[in-house]
Amino acid sequence: MSVAAETVILRRSGSGVNLARFAVYALLIVAAAVFLAPLVSMVFTSLKSMDEIRAGNLLSPPGAVTLEAWATAWNSACISVSCAGLKGYFLNSIRMVVPAVLLSVGLGALNGYVLTKWRFRGDNLLFGAMMFGCFIPFQIVLIPMAFTLGKIGLAGTTAGLVLVHVVYGVCFTTLFFRNFYVAVPDELVKAARMDGAGFWQIFTRVLLPISWPIIVVSVIWQFTGIWNDFLFGASFAGGESQPITVALNNLVNTSTGVKLYNVDMAAAMITAAPTILIYLFLGRFFLRGLMAGAVKG
Amino acid sequence: MASLDIEHIGKRFGQVEVLKDIHIGIGHGDFLVLVGPSGCGKSTLLNIIAGLDTASSGAIRIDGKVVNDLEPKERDIAMVFQSYALYPSMTVAENIGFSLEMAGMPKEERKKKIAAVADLLKIGHLLDRRPSQLSGGQRQRVAMGRALVREPKIFLFDEPLSNLDAKLRVEMRTEIKKLHARLGATIVYVTHDQIEAMTMATRIAVMKDGILQQFGTPADIYDRPANTFVATFMGSPAMNLLDAEIVTHGGRPALRLDGVDGDAAILPIPATAGAVTLQPGQKVALGLRPEWITEPGTSRSREVHSLPFTVDVLEPTGPDIFLALRLGAVEVMGRLPADAQVQAGETRILDIDYTKAVLFDRQSGQALYARPQPAQAAA
Repeated sequence: MSVAAETVILRRSGSGVNLARFAVYALLIVAAAVFLAPLVSMVFTSLKSMDEIRAGNLLSPPGAVTLEAWATAWNSACISVSCAGLKGYFLNSIRMVVPAVLLSVGLGALNGYVLTKWRFRGDNLLFGAMMFGCFIPFQIVLIPMAFTLGKIGLAGTTAGLVLVHVVYGVCFTTLFFRNFYVAVPDELVKAARMDGAGFWQIFTRVLLPISWPIIVVSVIWQFTGIWNDFLFGASFAGGESQPITVALNNLVNTSTGVKLYNVDMAAAMITAAPTILIYLFLGRFFLRGLMAGAVKG
Repeated sequence: MASLDIEHIGKRFGQVEVLKDIHIGIGHGDFLVLVGPSGCGKSTLLNIIAGLDTASSGAIRIDGKVVNDLEPKERDIAMVFQSYALYPSMTVAENIGFSLEMAGMPKEERKKKIAAVADLLKIGHLLDRRPSQLSGGQRQRVAMGRALVREPKIFLFDEPLSNLDAKLRVEMRTEIKKLHARLGATIVYVTHDQIEAMTMATRIAVMKDGILQQFGTPADIYDRPANTFVATFMGSPAMNLLDAEIVTHGGRPALRLDGVDGDAAILPIPATAGAVTLQPGQKVALGLRPEWITEPGTSRSREVHSLPFTVDVLEPTGPDIFLALRLGAVEVMGRLPADAQVQAGETRILDIDYTKAVLFDRQSGQALYARPQPAQAAA
């Protein structure tokens, strides 16, 4: 084949590749636009004044940017009877989510370690039973849970909510860590035992330092799940200890006079912000963590 | 340095008996190799010695003291694992020093010991690296360093070379042997590779199905195998087993090889089996190592017998030629020096060195020796 002919073929196949690539990008951009539209609309609306909202359309950018709605949502929006904004409830959620995530991830890691490296009779049965917890819908346990919380004196408190989320979350975190540790060679634990390390030393010195991919996955999973939870928050938290999701619902549904769309949108953005931020910061570790088990490093 | 006694060790998992009455003793500075096919229980036995697994019956003694109920760390034993089991999050220095740290040794002292071991293994320049940045051979050295730094009474090796390529394996084999000579340490080494066993051991224990088949020096195992399993497992190519029957020939007991016609089928009873009471009609097998088959006139042996072999296939390996031979209808493997004058397809007379030939009872598989086996467990 001559050089000229070869070049022609290359160029032809090259343009084919470009066309395919263009199509792929076009599709991706359209998809991204569709998914981003609601978020963009929320942000735009939250930055407009009520006058502008009444005049303009949903997706037009704000003419005069104002942060007034954000300030109102944070400080002074009325939620049921008190008009102190979301800030108290935001702190409630923080107070709930931090211990709940730490405890459920910590316990899950410990469970995974014991279930894989300190095997005992019936361990698989126990693991299977724990997995059952992953499939139990929230609604089923509402009444027994409320009963239990009442009995142990945690009804209507943040501590009670933490307990509920830890109990529910441990099933998932145990699954994550168990499947991660099952791929870690047992010889590592044997070697540490020969080296004189005990139960906790093996866990903290040998296994935890190599567990960061699955720790990140568990933290994101638990944080997102607990922060976004509405049902448990609405069912088990008293007025003062309600998490932000419940407060957002009440804020939007509090109907006195005009509906303040910009405040509603700003409140929704504030509520969603932590989960978006944690995903932005840890997202690439999340993907890497999900892949970690699949590809042998 | 220490002596190790494995006394009537048994291990069962439910109904399955994986170790049956294993009884072995080695002295200070011995290099014991546990060898056998996979699933023979050798690694389980090593784990029991280490204290990572418990025996169902029997006792382990180190320097005469029963250690059954001691934790691994209290037994003063170090172990090198097949996968090396280096801690991925620690540097080489931290890996080597981990056991010292667990024992509460001050940092300065630790540093000195780590440096000394790294020097011995020539890995001083790797101390700040992590295991993922090391080659297979380097990881192997670090794993050995981790064991050496503790100066334990006994070293345990669990197939440490099986993850290395062929060239590196031979190098590390020599290195471990040198290390053994230098430290005079007591070593228990598990492998399924009979060449590793032969080259490294001062004592070999051949195992199969959880039963100790034979325990002895490499020369014992090779020249005087206790049964047909040991005979064929140790040595490559394997020992030939020629089916035969005890007959009376010229008024004296003799062998008649099955599948061979005429006079060539009649052989005397090997000297090793001389005085054993053999019954005419008894089914036996004649054990011949491939290298005991030689070109006429080249053997220095005191007793040779010449037999007509047909050469089927030649397999030159470099230093030697492996020969697929036929004696009548019986297939026999031979091993001649590379310069031997043989051609495929020809039938020719070859000598068999008869001084070491071994007779086995075909029913029980046990070797029939005139002189009893050297005392086995009483080392």
